[in-house]
Amino acid sequence: MAKVIEGLFYAESHEYVRVEGEYGYIGITDYAQSQLGNVVYVDMPEVDDEVTAGEEFGAVESVKAASDLFSPVSGTVVEINEALEEQPELVNADAFENWIIKVKLSDPSELDNLLDAKAYEAICE
Amino acid sequence: MNNVYYGKLVFELSKPGRVGYSLPKSEISGYCISEMPDVLKRQSKTILPECDELTVVRHYTNMSNNNFGVDTGFYPLGSCTMKYNPKLNEELCALPGFNRHPSTPVEYVQGSLKVYDEVQRTLAEISGLSRFTLNPYAGAHGELTGLMVIKAYHQQRGDEARTKIIVPNSAHGTNPASAAVAGFKVVEVKSLPDGTVDVEDLKPLLGPDVAGMMMTNPNTLGIFERNIPVIARLVHDCGGLMYYDGANLNPMLGVCRPGDMGFDVMHINLHKTFSTPHGGGGPGSGPVGVRKGLEHLLPNPQVEKKSDGTYDLHCDEKSLGCISSFLSNFTVIIRAYAYLLSMGKENIPMAGKLSVLNANYIKECLRSHYLLPIEGLCKHEFVFDGLRPEYGGDHHDPAHVTTLDVAKRLLDYGFHAPTIYFPLLFHEALMIEPTETESKDTLDDFIAVMKRIAEEARDNSEMVRTAPHDTPIRRLDDVKAVKEPKFTFKNL
Repeated sequence: MAKVIEGLFYAESHEYVRVEGEYGYIGITDYAQSQLGNVVYVDMPEVDDEVTAGEEFGAVESVKAASDLFSPVSGTVVEINEALEEQPELVNADAFENWIIKVKLSDPSELDNLLDAKAYEAICE
Repeated sequence: MNNVYYGKLVFELSKPGRVGYSLPKSEISGYCISEMPDVLKRQSKTILPECDELTVVRHYTNMSNNNFGVDTGFYPLGSCTMKYNPKLNEELCALPGFNRHPSTPVEYVQGSLKVYDEVQRTLAEISGLSRFTLNPYAGAHGELTGLMVIKAYHQQRGDEARTKIIVPNSAHGTNPASAAVAGFKVVEVKSLPDGTVDVEDLKPLLGPDVAGMMMTNPNTLGIFERNIPVIARLVHDCGGLMYYDGANLNPMLGVCRPGDMGFDVMHINLHKTFSTPHGGGGPGSGPVGVRKGLEHLLPNPQVEKKSDGTYDLHCDEKSLGCISSFLSNFTVIIRAYAYLLSMGKENIPMAGKLSVLNANYIKECLRSHYLLPIEGLCKHEFVFDGLRPEYGGDHHDPAHVTTLDVAKRLLDYGFHAPTIYFPLLFHEALMIEPTETESKDTLDDFIAVMKRIAEEARDNSEMVRTAPHDTPIRRLDDVKAVKEPKFTFKNL
């Protein structure tokens, strides 16, 4: 069964945000990685790019399919997880540990539109 | 054994100095190759395999035995319409009269131009459209050409604001790709639970920036889009054009026509619907048709029948331009012509109807073992969402058997795998299209094997999860193949 972690914010499109202060770490959920299968490439934005809630910011390519990534929140990219460039399979190993981008949130109230762990677990059933 | 040895790369069979030929002595006196200026001589060693003729023959013959095609077995690859390609087609396209250089003056290729024109007219009649160009080289090339027609239509009206193409989320991947290449922004419209386009989701997307909408009907789930008149009216009311992806034309042959459903532009895959060779065995052909009023936009040159009954090439100033050199892959057009004539107007509708019957027969026989996500009659193809939970498909179980495993196991039984993990609407999509050219015996054999695989998945899942076992190459490491691709012998 796919893992869901308490305290994170989830989007219906299977991304999560882990909020630390004014920053959010965005990645795909364990359920998403399990459905995608072996991830072979993660297409990430560049530092200083703007991301917008609900809009595409990259893509994850697995042996099964290429899926767009949608940002759950708006903000500026302050860091990308460079380890994924060489080792995209880290997303399969632990999707919550291996976030994809770190964003400075421009509108923290957007978090209210996201799901909590319980509500997200329900849509994965 | 033969395959193990001769199935190696021809470079591995190579022995230095071994040859399969002997050159005669030069008959030109006073000419010596060593006297050529150095600048004209190759400086590096040639890297060519050195083998005798028999080794080369065995190598290629063994390799060809590893190939799988419609001529070797059942090929239920969904949305590809892998119907049988009658050998008569090959015989006719090899007639010496068709063997002409593409630059031959038109007065010497009147017969070829007549074939082109008659295929064009027949496709127009089958589709309910006004005129076709046969110039595009393949399906995706046809899509691009069709979208260029839509673009030229809006531009020539002076309407530059139409930048969007609407595509359903069940569409073939080529649709958004072709739209992007044609310079449009792709907007996705959602599907309803029954797999058809969600009209309510479509409405807010429509506006003065919409150039057109691309649809496949029946769609990639094999479901007929019943709301097509409503959708066409909505798109036309906002000023957009309707594009028909002809990938799934087969079941509609002689029964209903895209032109009558409100489509303005479409492409046809001759290599699917009209029994010409497919895929790697191509080349393909992607004719594009348009409704009345758009004919002048089709690519140049067009074949024109003159009042005296002769044929000529015609270029229209308002055309979108040339999209190919000469008139496409012409021998493919001859094959399609042979198919059209041998089927005839009376029998063409039988192809579509039998393809629907065959698909529904397999679907109903296998739904006891595989999950059927959408009820009701399908058209020429349908999609299962993997194995039923009681047959090893329960994804809560870490040892569950996936669609990929089922597809691999099918290879052991001598069948080509169906299309898998497409469309993206279901996690374990397995898409089957039998076509009309298979006998009931073949269908029954396939059904029995699919049931047997489901039972294996339930009783001995390891067997299925490690398949294939009997193919020349066992299961590939997909991840490694993507991450560390090796394209040349040197890299091995």
